[in-house]
Amino acid sequence: MSNAPSASFGTVVLRRMARNPFALAGGAVVALLFLVALLAKYVAPFDPSVVNTDVMLQPPGLKHWLGTDELGRDVLSRMIFGAQISLMVGFVSIGIATVVGVVVGAISGYYGGRIDDVLMRFVDIMLTFPVFFLILAVIAVLEPNIINVMIVIGLTGWMGVARLVRAEFLSIKQRDFVVAVRSLGQSDGVIIFRHILPNAMAPVLVSATLGVAGAILTESALSFLGIGVQPPTPSWGSILTEGKNYIEFAWWLSVFPGLAILFTVLGYNLLGEAMRDALDARIN
Amino acid sequence: MLSYLFKRFLMMFPIMLGITLITFAVIHLAPGEPVDKMADLNPKISPQAKQKMREMYNLDKPLEVQYWLWLKRFARLDFGSSFSSDNRPVLGKILERLPITLFINVVSLLIIFLLSIPLGVMSATRQHSLFDKFSTLFVFVGFSTPGFWLSLLLMILFGVQLGWLPISGIRSIYFEELSAWGKFLDYSRHLVLPVLISSLTSLAFLSRITRQNMLEVIRQDYITTARAKGCDEHTVVFHHALRNALLPIVTIIGLSVPSLIGGSVIFETVFSIPGMGMLFYESVMSRDYPLVMGILIIGAGLTLIGNLLSDVGYALADPRIRYE
Repeated sequence: MSNAPSASFGTVVLRRMARNPFALAGGAVVALLFLVALLAKYVAPFDPSVVNTDVMLQPPGLKHWLGTDELGRDVLSRMIFGAQISLMVGFVSIGIATVVGVVVGAISGYYGGRIDDVLMRFVDIMLTFPVFFLILAVIAVLEPNIINVMIVIGLTGWMGVARLVRAEFLSIKQRDFVVAVRSLGQSDGVIIFRHILPNAMAPVLVSATLGVAGAILTESALSFLGIGVQPPTPSWGSILTEGKNYIEFAWWLSVFPGLAILFTVLGYNLLGEAMRDALDARIN
Repeated sequence: MLSYLFKRFLMMFPIMLGITLITFAVIHLAPGEPVDKMADLNPKISPQAKQKMREMYNLDKPLEVQYWLWLKRFARLDFGSSFSSDNRPVLGKILERLPITLFINVVSLLIIFLLSIPLGVMSATRQHSLFDKFSTLFVFVGFSTPGFWLSLLLMILFGVQLGWLPISGIRSIYFEELSAWGKFLDYSRHLVLPVLISSLTSLAFLSRITRQNMLEVIRQDYITTARAKGCDEHTVVFHHALRNALLPIVTIIGLSVPSLIGGSVIFETVFSIPGMGMLFYESVMSRDYPLVMGILIIGAGLTLIGNLLSDVGYALADPRIRYE
């Protein structure tokens, strides 16, 4: 890489993404979601947990834009607070998965040999479980609450990252700059975290973005089955579950939260794919 | 080839051992003992009865001994018996629920395979065309849609509003009175939506991968060579490019087995299909630990078999693997 003052690699990638309409659309959805979740208290028109029996199951209208549920709670407000849950589940669980995956992958790729064998066999074994079964089983054994859901999604989702990071480490550790740093007598920790890891992070970022999408889908499926986020906390999946009993005459209870999940997941997927394309152009 | 198969087969054993270890560990994450939960659900259980159960499940022994005893029984395919009131052997309960789940998954795999590859190839050969853009959109929406939500909507649309399809179960109440053909039709009508839902995500994912692989392969030198020697486009695409692009897809189909099986929990509970996914959901809700463990292991075992088949397929298709 030259030291030309033109633009860093990161700026180039960002510029490439800014030219991709899919990336812009995905980025816009994700940014909007962040804003809504952070400002939930201020943007929600009603208190999401206030029960009002005068306005039960009202269709979308001027006062309640997305209608009300069977307890007269405002659906839009509940969905706005539900965005906080999605955001938190997405980031915390993928945060856990990424940290575990990076550590396992880095150790495996850097040290190789026996450690690598053992760790990669463990990855193989974990990949053999139908993940959704494993998550359900762990949640059944522990208490179904949001903390456990996030931890379990994280601990069952790190294997892909580990394989990615390991592959990056295998190739990067051969490069001249690593050999140079090692010959200067730097410790393994410094070499792994200061010198190799920053160069291996690009694919990890892509996989984490796509992972957030997957985690949000998993959480909503768990909440839908009644083993995820517990009421009265509003999560998109749990609003849907409560609404499905009224689906024939109160469609808005099922349609809107589903759309929210769909667009959010779509946003992260578009962003992740666009990021992959933009980074890929480095090679082509 | 035979020695490859044999080696590949032997590799399954350590993995299976690892699967049992993780399954055992997962169940023992529980605070307290499995019997506590049973006792909670049934206040009539006396401390003596609890002690007896503890001995029956060897819960009074150290963990490693418990694991060893459990493993020995597992080697004889004895998964113990269910905590539920029928108290039946776990294996029998699973085996009677397995065929319908397998059937739906195999049909889904066939549909995925038959649709995603042409879709991906057409997208790739017409890159940037309207068709390509449209199918890309379909693909992204496809793997971003929550399956349970789509199930609900389709159920209401086709089952309730239009009345075209049944909304739950796998056969109608008058099933026994139908002719063989009628039975087949009745069965198929019940399975249309579940199969559709269970294939959607993988279908989207796989057409995306096929498209990417095709785009990569089409830029290779040997494709240029094929064109240069005067092959027509059809031969280039289907004879030279597709065969190479298909190789990684064989592996990916194997890898999609666990997500298909995991997904069965969702569509089976939504459509009330009495398969293994629903059984798993029930066992999780009632904390029927022997059943949970049994299904976890069977699910992982099915994945192992799926991976084995896809590896064998890969070896058959690619001589480089066979003779390594």
